[in-house]
Amino acid sequence: MQAERGVMADERAYRRGEPVALFVPCFVDIFAPKAAIATVELLERLGVSVSYPQQQTCCGQPAHSAGFRPQACALAERFARTFAAYEWIITMSGSCAAMARAGFAESGASDSAVAIGARVFDLASFLTDALGVTDVGARFPHAVTYHEGCHARRILESGDAPLRLLRAVRDITLVELPAAEECCGFGGGFSVEFDRISASMGEAKCANALSTGAQYLVSGDPSCLLHLDGLVRKSGAPLATLHLAQVLAAT
Amino acid sequence: MTAHYDRARVAHDLRSPHAAPVIASSMQRSLEHKRAAQAHVAWAALRAQAHALKKDAIEHLDSLLSEFERNFIARGGTVVWARTAAEAAERFIRICADGGADSVVKGKSMLSEELELNDRLAAAGIAAVETDLGEYIVQLAGQRPTHVIAPAAHLSRQDVGRIFERELNMPYCDDPRTLSLAARAKLRSRYLKAGVGMTGVNFAIAETGTLVVVENEGNGGLSASAPPIHIAIMGIEKVIRRVADLDVFLPLLARAGTGQKITTYTHHFLGPEPGKQQYCIIVDAGRTNLLADPVLRESLYCIRCGACMNVCPVYRRAGGGAYGWVYPGPIGAVITGTMLDTPEASDLPYASTLCGACKEECPVAIDLPRQLLHLRASAVESGASGGGLERGAIRRFTAAMSDTKSYARAVSFLRAALAIGGALPIRVGAMGRWMRARALPKPARQSFREWWAQRP
Repeated sequence: MQAERGVMADERAYRRGEPVALFVPCFVDIFAPKAAIATVELLERLGVSVSYPQQQTCCGQPAHSAGFRPQACALAERFARTFAAYEWIITMSGSCAAMARAGFAESGASDSAVAIGARVFDLASFLTDALGVTDVGARFPHAVTYHEGCHARRILESGDAPLRLLRAVRDITLVELPAAEECCGFGGGFSVEFDRISASMGEAKCANALSTGAQYLVSGDPSCLLHLDGLVRKSGAPLATLHLAQVLAAT
Repeated sequence: MTAHYDRARVAHDLRSPHAAPVIASSMQRSLEHKRAAQAHVAWAALRAQAHALKKDAIEHLDSLLSEFERNFIARGGTVVWARTAAEAAERFIRICADGGADSVVKGKSMLSEELELNDRLAAAGIAAVETDLGEYIVQLAGQRPTHVIAPAAHLSRQDVGRIFERELNMPYCDDPRTLSLAARAKLRSRYLKAGVGMTGVNFAIAETGTLVVVENEGNGGLSASAPPIHIAIMGIEKVIRRVADLDVFLPLLARAGTGQKITTYTHHFLGPEPGKQQYCIIVDAGRTNLLADPVLRESLYCIRCGACMNVCPVYRRAGGGAYGWVYPGPIGAVITGTMLDTPEASDLPYASTLCGACKEECPVAIDLPRQLLHLRASAVESGASGGGLERGAIRRFTAAMSDTKSYARAVSFLRAALAIGGALPIRVGAMGRWMRARALPKPARQSFREWWAQRP
């Protein structure tokens, strides 16, 4: 399973007591604080105490994917300064983790910023790979289907880490999402620049999720969820979106 | 050059999920065939080999093309070099004229679309007929191909039935076998009358001077061999070093394109038969622009299998006609602007979520998302494109993120804007476009930062 892990080729194991910093992406801070709060609660329950460096803002991905490299680079450098003291940086966004791991270098950030970016873990990979747990002691008595964000899937190659974590949750009914490898259509600026195509992709994702009979569409990528939740709420579909951390924090 | 690329039309079409449902389902089928076929070989290893072979060929393009030319001439063929599409078409027409040909039968070639060869031949009084069934349908309909290996991908069999009814004066029918037999009956006599047969080229082998063309209908072989003159047209990137490299490319191309283990026909053209002539027109037409860019150079590894468009969720919805020029999908979004050398096409690389599915499917492992990002950065730098979103919006965003005070101000502003925007009767700008299909996100009463600050 761990043969090829691309930018996550990091064999380190977390030793108890090592300082851990939490990176809460800008849009999570404002729109989905519950996902970040759940991450804190979950990690603390597992004996990992976290710090929250107050200077943090954004990883720079919106600028990077729009083609604004100097601006993205400046934010990458800022990120690196903010988190320089930490060997372990955990975020609840697969896409932002991919920005740190792969995008910092592409934006032309310094070697030291790139090295700090390489210390960023998405929550699921940190739990399964660095902490070595799959059963986090959660209980979630609902039907759930899982959407893997494309950057977690194809840049981080986080594999089945989220699914292994979900399978170990007590009383959960985990239903496989059809066409799981298809993009949900968010894509940052794409979601408003190409809003009809984006919505059509998201509607297909929601239809697939609904076809499973699941009550919750869960993801480790809050940016996908922001878009999918907007579609679900507008259409009134009987589906709720939830971040992976919120399922894993539930007892 | 830019006359052929209509920026406003592309901007509209690429934003409209108007592609016939037939496209999405047939693309999905192609993809499933591909994945089933690649399961039987060491796909990852073949793919890495193909990438390395193409890299070697493109890095040594100058010497390999010369070697190919020498060996092709030694076999009795004639090589013609063309810097531009127009020059290639002129040379083609001159060969036809010198050979007294007033009609041409054509095997499938995307380069021919770049050359706008049918129109240019018609203007020179030479009748060209497409012999690949999909190309023939598209030609009858007066359209352009919408997919590199399935030119009529956008048409249903009912559409084809109506086109044949109208153009071939036959009773309407939507039975694929009847329709293809009707096309065959029409085409047979054209092969025998044509003074020139044209084919594309899949691989030009430097060490032997031979041309390799793969196809499934037999029309390519007939086009090359029935008329007295065979003209093969190829882009400079088609040359490979050795015959042995085909061991990698043939199984890869067939699987990636159609899910076949091997195509029905693999032609090795070894030079003209006695009493006949064989030409090879080697065309640049913007390829050296790609070669000159260290990032985009990799796009010349493309073997035109169509897998990146088959899997692309944007292509599946917008359709191949939406990309504005010859090559649609992710590879089209990468090469169009640079090949045509026009800033007009600088919006194309934004028509992607950067999901990476194209890179994953590409049989020669071209890093298409990296190239799309590279082109976005170039477009922003040169001012050719605003960066998908308004230039000002990104500037304001990055400024807001540059320190925690401006961040806090931006959060307050966003809360107010979303509260007001959600209540407004008119929907404008990015918020309006978001709201066409989606509810606005609701800012939490307490941000994470605020929660953390008041934590005991």
